Amino acid sequence: MADPLPLGLLAQFPGPERLVDAARIARAEGARGVDAFTPFPVDELNDVLDIHERSIARLGFYGGVFGLVAAYAMQIGTNLDYPLDIGGRPLIALQAFALIGFELTVLFAVLFMVVGFFILNRLPHYHQPLFWVDRFEHATRDGFFLFLATGDEDAFQEGHHLLASLAPLSIDEVPR
Amino acid sequence: MADAKDLRADYDTVAEEVVDLPLAFPATRGWWLCFSGALGLLLLWFVSVVVLFGKGVVVWGNTIPVNWGMAIINYVWFLGIGHAGTLISALLLISDRNWRNSLNRFAEAMTLCAVVCAGLYPILHLGRPWYFYWIAPYFSSMTVWPQFKSPLTWDFFAVLTYLLVSLFFWYLGILPDLASARDRARSRGYQLFFGIVSLGWRGQAAHWARWRQVYAITAAIAVPLVVSVHSEISLLFAAGPIPGWNSTVFPPYFVAGAAFSGFAVVSMIAIAMRAALPLRPLVTPRHLDMLGLATLATGLMTAYGYFIEVFDALYAGQEEAATLHDRLFGHYAWAYWGAVLLNFVPLQLLWWRRCRRSPRILFAVGLSVAIGMWMERFMLIVTSLYRDWLVSSYGHYMPSLWDWTLFAGMGGVFLVPFLLFVRFLPVISASETKEEVHEEAEDG
Repeated sequence: MADPLPLGLLAQFPGPERLVDAARIARAEGARGVDAFTPFPVDELNDVLDIHERSIARLGFYGGVFGLVAAYAMQIGTNLDYPLDIGGRPLIALQAFALIGFELTVLFAVLFMVVGFFILNRLPHYHQPLFWVDRFEHATRDGFFLFLATGDEDAFQEGHHLLASLAPLSIDEVPR
Repeated sequence: MADAKDLRADYDTVAEEVVDLPLAFPATRGWWLCFSGALGLLLLWFVSVVVLFGKGVVVWGNTIPVNWGMAIINYVWFLGIGHAGTLISALLLISDRNWRNSLNRFAEAMTLCAVVCAGLYPILHLGRPWYFYWIAPYFSSMTVWPQFKSPLTWDFFAVLTYLLVSLFFWYLGILPDLASARDRARSRGYQLFFGIVSLGWRGQAAHWARWRQVYAITAAIAVPLVVSVHSEISLLFAAGPIPGWNSTVFPPYFVAGAAFSGFAVVSMIAIAMRAALPLRPLVTPRHLDMLGLATLATGLMTAYGYFIEVFDALYAGQEEAATLHDRLFGHYAWAYWGAVLLNFVPLQLLWWRRCRRSPRILFAVGLSVAIGMWMERFMLIVTSLYRDWLVSSYGHYMPSLWDWTLFAGMGGVFLVPFLLFVRFLPVISASETKEEVHEEAEDG
């Protein structure tokens, strides 16, 4: 296919406030596939782009519960499996198991969250069309970028008009 | 609009200052000098370990009754230093203190290096270190399990958890900056290196939202983790029926002492890095001031621990009082009074703001505390063990040559990765500093 439509359009804005405004307008205009790329977290974007991220916290909770249960299961299970009577002390000493219980709660909470973080973000992901845009290297430095997906010719034209009306520093096409 | 332009220049300056450091390192000669010194120490470490493995723990000064010696002294010392990195990072992230951003990254790197050194010591101390994995619960043909009621087993889980959590926390924090370095690198080698380690991070809004959560929650549970880990270290002592150890003050006393020595070492590292690298706009006298305050506060808590320890001993009487007498006036009184003097006398300078802001004075106080806290661990271990219950088991302890070479060599184990970090990775959190620039501009 000769000269296929680009994957989307990428507009650079001078600061986070302008980017948030632009994203809000783009969403209000009904643009599809709106996404933003910034050098540091901009919390206002979450509302504008409908990002309601709760899965990380939830994973952390599940991981913590898993770690706690696993720690006590391990300690109780091994003590039952090979009972050691030391001076008549209780075989199942829940207090003595509390420390490893706490450590594994923390360890698995963090493990679940970190693994979840990478899976949900689909990282590592080395080869992306966005990286074809030279200017995009500013996204990790000082550039605030708005991305619009352009699925068909109409979306492409509308996207161009929309972005031009927002007066960005630049507009680039992201090749497919 | 004009404002926005100015800020952009600011973001770029931050990025340049921090992220360009590895790409165009300014102090190459000084770095090579330090690095070759560190490599020399690392070589010394290998030699010491080969000798230790060849001849056994007998090459150390450990004897009966002082069977713990340098290995455990240094283990507690290194781990204590490490804790400050996590505490600085996590506590200040939770309390939303922006000045943290200039300190957290290298403090966390220091934690990682220190925990590795700490973790190596008990393994080397085992006598047959190649069996260290016996402490992990795994299905074996021996059908026995680790003793889960023993602080030694708790120790394994505590240090392992601490190492992994510190590693994840550090890597999550540095990930956006690695991507920034990738995008600024011009040589193929750096592009490849930073490209691989940054995993394709691109600052997508949803990614940032998740990053915020995972980073904040990990910080929040890292603080109680630090408290639990060093409390657990103190239980290695407190759970044993040895006069001078068997005290309820130990967990908080150890945690405060750990943070104290750690803040002292972080101050020293901050001052050294500030002198060697062009970081002065980022690590300001205000940061030194804060580090000085943290050192002073934790130092006073540690001093309270000393006080309560004495009170406990006098209150208990008998062997406890005898151990106290040994500490204050016995064969190793130099360790007790050395610890008291080095820990708490120069510390009093930090009541004055001018002293806290002076790099030289703060560095000197930090060094004094680092040595003082080492003496404290020496005192705690040796003065309790060399005279316990029975006169027949009294005996003296002195570290041997191989004890000292291994300790010096551990300096190499600490410094080599740390210097590699300073040379090749962004030492200050650029993304968070940019956010700070933005927030400050918003506040006016």
